[in-house]
Amino acid sequence: MTYLDHAATTPMLAEAIAALSAELAQVGNPSSLHASGRRARKVVEESREKIAAAIGARPIEVIFTGGGTESNNLAVKGLYWAARKKDINKKRILVSAVEHHAVLDPVMWLGEHEEATVEILPVDNYGRVLPETLRKAFEKNPHDVALVSVMWANNEVGTIQPIAELVKIAHEYKTVFHSDAVQAVGCLEVHFQNTGLDALTFTGHKVGGPQGVGALIAKRDLELTPLLHGGGQERDVRSGTLDAPAIAGFAAAITTAVSQRVARANRLSLLRKDLIQKVQENVPDAVLNGDPENRLPGNVHFSFKGCEGDALLMLLDAQGIECSTGSACSAGIPQPSHVLIAMGKDETTARSSLRFSFGSTSTHDDVDSVIQVLPAIVERAKRAGKTMVKK
Amino acid sequence: MTKKVVAAMSGGVDSSVAAARLVDQGYDVVGVHLALAKVKGHAGGKGCCTLDDARDARRVADRLGIAFYIWDVSEEFQQEVIENFISEYAQGRTPNPCVRCNEKIKFQAVLERSLALGFDAVATGHYAQIFETPNGPTLHRAIDNKKDQSYVLSVLNQEQLSHTILPLGNSVKPDIRKEAEERGLITAAKPDSHDICFIPDGDTAGFLHNKLGQEPGKIVDVETGEELGKHDGVFEFTIGQRKGLHLEKPRPDRSPRYVVGTDTKSKTVMVGLASMLRVDVVTATNLIWCGPTPDSQFDCTAQVRAHSNALKAKAFHKDGNLTVEFLEPLNGLAPGQTITLYDNTRVIGSGTVVTTSRS
Repeated sequence: MTYLDHAATTPMLAEAIAALSAELAQVGNPSSLHASGRRARKVVEESREKIAAAIGARPIEVIFTGGGTESNNLAVKGLYWAARKKDINKKRILVSAVEHHAVLDPVMWLGEHEEATVEILPVDNYGRVLPETLRKAFEKNPHDVALVSVMWANNEVGTIQPIAELVKIAHEYKTVFHSDAVQAVGCLEVHFQNTGLDALTFTGHKVGGPQGVGALIAKRDLELTPLLHGGGQERDVRSGTLDAPAIAGFAAAITTAVSQRVARANRLSLLRKDLIQKVQENVPDAVLNGDPENRLPGNVHFSFKGCEGDALLMLLDAQGIECSTGSACSAGIPQPSHVLIAMGKDETTARSSLRFSFGSTSTHDDVDSVIQVLPAIVERAKRAGKTMVKK
Repeated sequence: MTKKVVAAMSGGVDSSVAAARLVDQGYDVVGVHLALAKVKGHAGGKGCCTLDDARDARRVADRLGIAFYIWDVSEEFQQEVIENFISEYAQGRTPNPCVRCNEKIKFQAVLERSLALGFDAVATGHYAQIFETPNGPTLHRAIDNKKDQSYVLSVLNQEQLSHTILPLGNSVKPDIRKEAEERGLITAAKPDSHDICFIPDGDTAGFLHNKLGQEPGKIVDVETGEELGKHDGVFEFTIGQRKGLHLEKPRPDRSPRYVVGTDTKSKTVMVGLASMLRVDVVTATNLIWCGPTPDSQFDCTAQVRAHSNALKAKAFHKDGNLTVEFLEPLNGLAPGQTITLYDNTRVIGSGTVVTTSRS
């Protein structure tokens, strides 16, 4: 099996499995006042401190959630509602065109149900939001923006956004800035306080921790309207019994991932370079998408002319090679990627794409396995692509 | 070498068992659910292509331990089946969308794609049988007469049949349900689908009005020319129809009247007595032979609906045109319907009805 879908989820690190398993055998609700509760609470708080240290935040700024999607929803809706509560005119949300659906969809929902004015920030051919784009959006009306949300690095094409510059502009206009850094944490240097971000999303299972646990890092004084009401466990912003085993695994994973980040990023970018080069040699009409230099170290994303990504994926799957079309799956039917469309690709090209993503377990053998079968598979998918009835 | 087969899995009981049998028979099976319509959100629960159906199909594939994918053929389906359905009705014909779907989607777009991707065949849960003969494959009725679906498959030529597997043709439906249950398939108790899948509420007239708008016209007595009522679109009416005419005047003898013809140009619906529906000469085009090309003239039985009886007839064909003379007249046959010719249980071929008359 050649697993090249680490951007979807990556194997749990041994440290995470150990921490998670140890805690699974224990009893205790972190909110309980007795000894068992105190013990569980200690695990959670120590994990919070580890995570804060790994991400350059203060422990109090870590809000545990059920994962990236919840963190993004909390940030987008929570910041929008809080901004409007203070100033009813703050209705505009600035969001990049290449966000994950976990950001885009709550933003669109606010547009449909909560009077938000959604402004999608266009991107260049590499998928970047240019600083002047954001500035222009503010200049239209400097006073009505509730929040800005731009991801740190794109999950599909790997392009890294100029986050520090964008944050600076938003702050000139005294507007809060959220960034979905799910793909960035553990791969790039992400330091919450240094970038000046107001809120940042990341999640356990992309850094070698368990699925179903994540965090929103939110400045201590940031006003957030809660989505989940109940016991108020997390700063009264997020309710629900804390999942101590998952949090322990999450903390162990991110601590390990961040401490080994530079070495791993260097190793992955060599694999990336190797695969990109070999794909281009063996499938000359394949087109690399995203920023060729400034991209996630483990991300390789190509369009294969005349092929359907789904057909490529199926044929590779049959050969034991696991990758992704990178496209969101709406109602079970693959849609052309909104990211590629936003980057100026046509629908056919958008449907012809594959993402290979490397992670901790990847080696050059994985690259060789792909290259061994890819040219024949592309040829076959091209033939299949011609059979479909065209508009 | 092990044959690689795409099992088209609708999420119903039949295609589930079909896939299971293929796995048992040692084929290298991949389950494919065809997304025929882009549905967002919740499922209607009826017909094909709902989210629930895709999920059920996926769960069956899990159970069988086979790979499973969803293929989006919604554009092809929209163009080749739904648009065709609407335009056929607009031109006063009565199409069979299931026949069309088999001809253009399942055994054309999907089959061609499968072959190009390196598969050897497509399998479905249709009730019909394919037999290999020295003259190539032939299509036969299923052993379950009630479920037999050879009519809707009578648009497959030998090339298509040679890449088609129908694992259920030698079984009866109750056994299939039992088998699904014994195999622990989640679809064992799912009800059969009946309606046109893209019109889940069964309101074809409403669907057509939605697409074609209001096209009011007159309902006239075909013998006297007398106006007997009004209608909102000739596409609401099919030859042989009795219900929903809302005629203002009954006949003096109270005998029922039926739609005997429509004219899309003058937007007129003609009604007349049952006897006027009786026809025994039918011409057809779009001929497809499901086996070797027959002689230019032959005896056969002919069937004009999915589940009507096949009636004795003589068939003549020349240059792609077919004439069928029934020994006894039959009632209410509309242009656009598929006429399928049988030699006992074997499907000889089919055509699309162009004209009907009384000799």
